[in-house]
Amino acid sequence: MGDLGESGVPDVSGEPTGHRSRREADPIAADVALVDVVRADRTRILAGLIKRFGSIDLAEDALQEALVEAARRWPLDGVPPNPPGWLVVTAGRRALDQLRREAKRAGKEANAMHSSGGDGESWPEDPEIADERLRLIFTCCHPALSLTARVGLTLRLVAGLTTAEIAEAFLAEEATMAQRIVRAKRKIAGAGIAYRVPEPHELPARLPAVLAVIYLVFNEGYTASSGDSLVRRDLCDEAIRLGRLLVELMPDEPEALGLLGLLLLQQSRHASRSAPNGELVTLELQDRSQWDGVLVGEGSELVERALRRGSPGPYQLQAAIAAVHAEATSASATDWVQIVGLYTTLARVAPSPVVALNRAVAVGMAEGPEAGLVLLDDLPLDGYHYWPAARAELLVRAGRAAEATAAYDQALSWCDNDVERRFLTRRRELARTSAGAQMGGEVLDRAE
Amino acid sequence: MRYLALIYGNEATMAAPGTPAFGEMLAGYGAFGAEATKQGAMNGGDALLPSTTATTVRVRGGEVLTTDGPYAETKEQLGGYYLLTCPDLDAAIALAALIPGASDGAVEVRPIMEFD
Repeated sequence: MGDLGESGVPDVSGEPTGHRSRREADPIAADVALVDVVRADRTRILAGLIKRFGSIDLAEDALQEALVEAARRWPLDGVPPNPPGWLVVTAGRRALDQLRREAKRAGKEANAMHSSGGDGESWPEDPEIADERLRLIFTCCHPALSLTARVGLTLRLVAGLTTAEIAEAFLAEEATMAQRIVRAKRKIAGAGIAYRVPEPHELPARLPAVLAVIYLVFNEGYTASSGDSLVRRDLCDEAIRLGRLLVELMPDEPEALGLLGLLLLQQSRHASRSAPNGELVTLELQDRSQWDGVLVGEGSELVERALRRGSPGPYQLQAAIAAVHAEATSASATDWVQIVGLYTTLARVAPSPVVALNRAVAVGMAEGPEAGLVLLDDLPLDGYHYWPAARAELLVRAGRAAEATAAYDQALSWCDNDVERRFLTRRRELARTSAGAQMGGEVLDRAE
Repeated sequence: MRYLALIYGNEATMAAPGTPAFGEMLAGYGAFGAEATKQGAMNGGDALLPSTTATTVRVRGGEVLTTDGPYAETKEQLGGYYLLTCPDLDAAIALAALIPGASDGAVEVRPIMEFD
């Protein structure tokens, strides 16, 4: 019954205006225009369609059909004067066709045919119009969805990745990822997850779920950035794009600013973080001249802008710590006292065993290894390899080589990332052969 | 939308009738009921007798089989429910969070399947 809807639509040209006669066929211009509009406006168009039709699936299918039609028609007819508007109108018609088909099948009238803005709805040019993308982000990142479902949905709907790309990036089967996304969409529809931006009083409960998704995407890419997995490294760029979008949409939200700052500052160390052979280089040994000054500058500025608002949250504080590292011209010039202070605040705002671990390492650097080691005792971090690894580094600095070797063994038994395992094995060898005196206290450069 | 709020709690640690804690709990449920009614969300609800009074029924090969006790023997048992009408899941979650059982046990919020 695929052709039933077509007959009911008098004009399927998808032209909002009707300048067709004045345009000329230009395949290259059409290609460029389509790529541009997808990059700049896809999320906004999709979000608007979801709002209008109340269905993620319907909106996705309709936009896909409109893109296919654009790819077919623009090279022949010329690029329409308002490409995003053309897509909105065409996708809107496709969605209405689909609703009519479903209504016929069900033997009833589709409400959307009467209640929506109609086929001639134009693309809003008014920048004051509330941005639908924010609704889409908050819906994809609703805390009633599991974190993995949120990540999949956000990358698919907001970032525009295909399910295959997402699966590849997360080393998952495509079918598994597809099922996860389908289930999440079903829950949104079935459980009545609203398509709206939370009220200000709801934000403290809702924003962290969004930030966690973006940070998880970044971390997936960052931890895996070993040179041999380019797709996964792209996740860092994708996370930064999402972070920028969130800052654009919520410019007054200090934690959104803090998160983007944190991502940029971590990304600034990207080039120096792994050696040409793919091995990890510790923060202390990194060639700081390779740090990306532009990213450092932008990241630090974001941190300052966020902190000036006077409500420091976990992302702002972590970003501030990254900024202190970035300011130091050499590892030995690092202001560890300031870093201890920031970790102390972080431990108060967002207490966790991992924060306690990082604070202990910073204390070890500021006040000497023994002071740090005391704080490392008895953390509830069984199975977390950074814990014995941090202990090992401080033990080396304290000249306790045998204990350090044992701590590295413990760390190795808990670690399954190959690159990090090779790093730990190298460090263990250095400690064991008592070259440790020259090792210095090194800190694994990792996202926290 | 209609949601069923299923209240699960540990029966072993639940306040016993006649104790001040029991009175507090009742007052808490009273306050919840008033709030849900004020919002126009209340479609009814009940507390259940302990799971030791439950009978589980199965029909196999035309034969009615009964077993003593609840369907699943878990530490936290279903102890009551509310049927709520809310505009969306956020509203249902906000209401469920006000149910006293959410503070010591858990409340499962399930949308009702509507046939329309």
